Amino acid sequence: MSKVVAELKYSAEHEWVAVDGSGPAGIGISAVAADALGDIVYVDLPEVGSTVTAGETCGEVESTKSVSDLYAPVTGEVTEINDGVVSDPALINTDPYGAGWLFKVAVTEEGPLMSAEEYAAANGGEL
Amino acid sequence: MTENYTALYEQHKKAGASFTDFGGWQMPLKYNSELAEHHAVRTAAGLFDLSHMGEVWVTGPQAAAFLDYALAGKLSAVAVGKAKYSLICDADGGIIDDLITYRRADDRYLVVPNAGNAAVVAAALRDRAAGFDVVVEDASAETSLIAMQGPKAQAILLELVPADQHALVTELKYYAAVEAGVAVNGSVQDLLIARTGYTGEDGFEIYIPNVDAPALWEALLAAGEEHGLIPAGLAARDSLRLEAGMPLYGNELSRHVNAYAAGLGPVVSLAKESDFVGKEALAAIKAAGVGSTVGQKLVGLKGTGRRAARAHYPVLQDGTLVGEVTSGQPSPTLGYPVAMAYVAVEHSAPGTVLDIDLRGKPERFEVVELPFYKRNK
Repeated sequence: MSKVVAELKYSAEHEWVAVDGSGPAGIGISAVAADALGDIVYVDLPEVGSTVTAGETCGEVESTKSVSDLYAPVTGEVTEINDGVVSDPALINTDPYGAGWLFKVAVTEEGPLMSAEEYAAANGGEL
Repeated sequence: MTENYTALYEQHKKAGASFTDFGGWQMPLKYNSELAEHHAVRTAAGLFDLSHMGEVWVTGPQAAAFLDYALAGKLSAVAVGKAKYSLICDADGGIIDDLITYRRADDRYLVVPNAGNAAVVAAALRDRAAGFDVVVEDASAETSLIAMQGPKAQAILLELVPADQHALVTELKYYAAVEAGVAVNGSVQDLLIARTGYTGEDGFEIYIPNVDAPALWEALLAAGEEHGLIPAGLAARDSLRLEAGMPLYGNELSRHVNAYAAGLGPVVSLAKESDFVGKEALAAIKAAGVGSTVGQKLVGLKGTGRRAARAHYPVLQDGTLVGEVTSGQPSPTLGYPVAMAYVAVEHSAPGTVLDIDLRGKPERFEVVELPFYKRNK
């Protein structure tokens, strides 16, 4: 399975950001993170309308074995959350870049982000 | 820390396992999905490498009397062919290990300590053997252990056992062991097969010399494939034993825990005639009502929401600290969070509603009887 998707940008904390023109950016966690967590059973997302700040925690992802903080890769207002993953967190494992997206943000500022190549290099993944 | 590898390490690597350190051993944590492995054990069968555990043989005319002294239970009362779950305690009643002991003959027992405690238990047994006509032999380094657990385990095992020995397996009762022929590496070898396990399902634990372990592992997987057998790692082992209400040394049990707080009072045989290490301390602990009227006791907790409690989370009643979680996670089979915790006895009755501090947010849990899960027999 291709673990890293070429067009997205990545944070050091394993979140991906999909910039969609001038619209809100989609946010999720990478396949690397999802694999490391194991089977995800619960996700705690920021509320719609709240502001997230790049580099700060904004939620949690919980697997059978552990809990990990979600870090906001960008600053801005949360415009939408994915109800699908709230009711079926396993989507994050099966489709972390697609149906497993987490929330969308109207970005006012980006945190430090890597290209797909840089993220792959930092995580031993192929592109 | 030196890392140990079992004889099945290459098999696990080939199967794509992710590894974790457990008791100084590199063991498979999961192969693919720990949830799939958990469900396989409950519905078909899972194959576990338990070769990191210890195997200590106790042999001699005074083997039974010696174990009555060294362990908390009455091992002399175990019939040949049967097994007993017991504790090895220190002088103040703290638990050094929980272990299963198999009586193979009047004068021969196999003691199976946990991986992390194997060396300590072997040493303690040797120390305690002074004055007894008995030999303590640690065979852990040469012995592998493969467990197959799940409703299909018997059917799969029988495929490797000669037809004229099938009854040895089908009539083997829970907490008993037998030597039976198993087809491995082109010949039939007599192997020790125990009907014991740590999952709450039917299953077998098979002891085999290291050199033959890979062949047995692969033979079982081949025979089990059509039955749905898959290899299962330590993550699934942990979620299965938690659902089955079984304690894990290092979480529920330790040197700082006594049998009565842990709900293992019945494992301690104060009535046996012999003295045993920890007897005086345990008698005093029991007389004081620890675990029943005084102190803390181990309880099961069922989550009312979706978030799971984890080890060391505080347990509260009306904002007051009344206990601490020892193990917890979402229950794959039951679909709700389950946890074990030591809780002050006055708040330990089933039905009691408590809060667990989940990383700053209190979440309601209810005390329930253990085990959380019981298989249909």
